[in-house]
Amino acid sequence: MLSFQNLTLGYDRHPAVHHLSATIETGDFVALVGPNGAGKSTLMKAILGHIEPMEGRIELGDLNRDDIAYLPQASRVDRSFPLTVFQFAASGLWQTRGLIQRVNRADRQRVTDALSRVGLHGFEHRTLDALSGGQFQRLLFARKLVQNGRLLLLDEPFSGVDEQTTEDLMAVLQAQHRQGATIVAVIHNINLVRRYFPTSLLLSRELIAFGKTDEVLTTHHLNRASTIGFGDHVHADICQVSES
Amino acid sequence: MSSVLIAPFTEFSFMSRSLVGMLLLCLSTAPVGVFLMLRRLSLTGDAMSHAILPGAAIGFMFAGLSVTAMTIGGFIAGSLVVVLSGLTARQTDTGEDSSLAAFYLTSLAIGVMIISMSGSSVDLMNVLFGSALALDNAALILLYIICALTLITLTIIYRPLVLESVDPDFLKSISPMGSLAHYGFLILVVLNLVSGFHAMGTLMSVGLMILPSAIARFWVKSLEVMIVSAISIAFAACVSGLLLSFHFSVPTSPTIISVLGGSYFLSIFIGWRKGVLIKLIQRRQRHLTA
Repeated sequence: MLSFQNLTLGYDRHPAVHHLSATIETGDFVALVGPNGAGKSTLMKAILGHIEPMEGRIELGDLNRDDIAYLPQASRVDRSFPLTVFQFAASGLWQTRGLIQRVNRADRQRVTDALSRVGLHGFEHRTLDALSGGQFQRLLFARKLVQNGRLLLLDEPFSGVDEQTTEDLMAVLQAQHRQGATIVAVIHNINLVRRYFPTSLLLSRELIAFGKTDEVLTTHHLNRASTIGFGDHVHADICQVSES
Repeated sequence: MSSVLIAPFTEFSFMSRSLVGMLLLCLSTAPVGVFLMLRRLSLTGDAMSHAILPGAAIGFMFAGLSVTAMTIGGFIAGSLVVVLSGLTARQTDTGEDSSLAAFYLTSLAIGVMIISMSGSSVDLMNVLFGSALALDNAALILLYIICALTLITLTIIYRPLVLESVDPDFLKSISPMGSLAHYGFLILVVLNLVSGFHAMGTLMSVGLMILPSAIARFWVKSLEVMIVSAISIAFAACVSGLLLSFHFSVPTSPTIISVLGGSYFLSIFIGWRKGVLIKLIQRRQRHLTA
């Protein structure tokens, strides 16, 4: 359902991801792994349609924009803004309620249920600045539940989060997966990937390996990923976009 | 008591006119100010209030103290600076703060030049500090139209504007409305500064926009309450400013801003939610319970 065909992505003509070809099937549960600067966030942005491919294509099959639920990095959210937990989670209603349509009773129930499922029952009227890091991550997951997307894209959903929160939120994610959602998550913690994610895509500005997690996260592959990641980063512009 | 507080507004039509004008102005400019502050653009608002000057001055040059001409001129100049500085920053990757500073300073310089070449210093004072006690029909109608336009637009762009302030990456993932909301909002800022300068003057109008929300932030926690409080605070300051200037013959708009400035200073200490005192008490309680 989500396929990359000879995909090259970059900024200012400097490619960040080279010639990536891979197909993620409906119902896959994929960890996107790679060193810093490997192009993981760039790939996320491309799937969301924020940047155009320099070459190649991304195919979304029967998915359209409203089917994608995106969980941004927590650090990119301004938590000093005076919104309540409920209001923030309710922003996941955008796809159904848009600009000015009223939020009805059923919508409210949906938001309340989502908050309960991530363990934030009773926090509805707190403001964002009163939440801990872990609680805020729970809130991001609640909003993702409200969105009810078919393709979930998560950018570092477990960074800076304690073990209990990780386990709780992983259970929420697995439940959504059982209900048929396709999941692609950027994960830094390799042990977490081994424990929970059946499929992995190892990226280091090019595709290193893609498939079953045991077969992808081998020492050989990881070493190769980190060599490329650090190695010739400054020479990124040498790649000829049209060479293959 | 009522002869001091109420009689001026009932007995003198210029006072009741300013009261209506100020109410309209507060209704639209204070909510805009809340978003300006929360988006950390308070100083951008200040810069933009200066950028309006040459447009207003050109309008003044051609049509004298005509509300319509000065408004259109001010609006064009302000929007031009917003668009040019935004485009420059995006196209050249040099940062919006420096491009805005460059454009507004140039604009301000041109404005001062035009005014000093074409009119007396009394006119300059009028443009810079406004004439709150001399609002004619044209000015009142203008305040009314801009107020209505602002409230309608804010209602429409409310959700994307809030989301663009809190979580821009997420908004981008669900809707392309982010930049529309941003620029629509900046246009509202310019409109309200323009409507403000008839009553408050270009230098002071941004004060009525920013200070009420800055004060409200010390007292309340939710966005909706913050907007309502900012409107009330702004209007209360306008009423006291009008009365003070009536009884003691001090200039109106600086008085209004001084009242707001004093309230802001007090709020720093006694503000219920973010004031220094409440923080001290909370810290003490935490120590006691720990």
